[in-house]
Amino acid sequence: MTKETARTLRDFSIELAIYGLLVVAYFFLVLHLLGDWLYQLESQHRYVYAGVAILLIIGQAVLLESVTTFLIRMIRGRSE
Amino acid sequence: MFFPISGAHISPIYLVIVGFVIGILGGFFGVGGSFIAGPALRLVGLDWNFAVGTDLAHIVGKSVVAAKRHRALGNVDLRLGLVMAVGTIAGAEAGAQLIQVLKRAGNVNLVVSIVSIVVYLSISAFMLWESRKTLKSQRGRSSNAKVKGLTAKKDKTAFGHVSRAIQRLKIWPMIALPTSGVKEISLWVILLVAFVGGVFSGFLGGGAGYIRMPSMVYVLGIPTHLAVGTDLFEIIISASYGTLSHAVKGNVDILIALVMHTGAAIGAQIGAISTQYFAGPKIRLAFVPLPLIGAAIVIYTLVSGHKL
Repeated sequence: MTKETARTLRDFSIELAIYGLLVVAYFFLVLHLLGDWLYQLESQHRYVYAGVAILLIIGQAVLLESVTTFLIRMIRGRSE
Repeated sequence: MFFPISGAHISPIYLVIVGFVIGILGGFFGVGGSFIAGPALRLVGLDWNFAVGTDLAHIVGKSVVAAKRHRALGNVDLRLGLVMAVGTIAGAEAGAQLIQVLKRAGNVNLVVSIVSIVVYLSISAFMLWESRKTLKSQRGRSSNAKVKGLTAKKDKTAFGHVSRAIQRLKIWPMIALPTSGVKEISLWVILLVAFVGGVFSGFLGGGAGYIRMPSMVYVLGIPTHLAVGTDLFEIIISASYGTLSHAVKGNVDILIALVMHTGAAIGAQIGAISTQYFAGPKIRLAFVPLPLIGAAIVIYTLVSGHKL
């Protein structure tokens, strides 16, 4: 294994560990709290639920993309 | 973890892992990955309607992440993606109508299964032949060496003469796709390719990236890296439409999609970044097993009678 590959793997492991912790916190803080509200919305206001669902998934995608990009930059920046 | 909308108990770790694997495939090949996600969700007891709708919602999120990364790498042709989205949505509606006709005739499962097996096997066989032929013809040239960055995007296919002939068809209106390196191509050809992809999407389910990505390369003559990135961008629009449509019908458990997407977000980035290190024909060769997996799943459901 080359030095560069080893460093990439180490960076990736660190990134994955930090990302994992953030995701677990996210599950408990956000998704747990949203569950009941979304359930009510889905059963009573289907059209609003459809719009909220799309906004949530796109919002999460943009947020997570920013988090992972930030983590990659931070970890690579430190190891260089 | 209990998901109240669908009433399902599913391990979040399982969902994250499934999302991660599909994220890598999606980022690398520009496919939605529904041929894996659908059965994976069915496997843990999610009803078929929720599996389809929830998978579409997850595809939207994953495609946003992967398309953003591909855009940063210069792999997204926005003009082409927007035009294709129109054709795909129209095609998806036509495919869904076709399903309704077959439902009324009472033989929908058999027809869809046989059509999907034929389509999957044909795509795999054709891409295997084409990519191997292209790689053989390039043996000894620079593309066979270690490629990285822009060099990897220089793309040739053994089917290039067909796409060049299609580009020469003068059916007004003609549009230019400078990002993809296409001087001129008929708008109708792009819409037709997208429409056919959409029909398969509505007919067989999922995003039909396994049809659209190869069609963009072989019919429209788009370089593989651009086809992957643009397909992902186009999937954001068409899968959003599908998600809205399914959510209104009560087929989307957005909480499951959000959990799956936490894994897919990181997988999609890895997949998208990895495309830089492979030349077009190698990406196409690596694509070959994907439709075969889809065909194997359909054959299994036909033989065993279990709908995954």
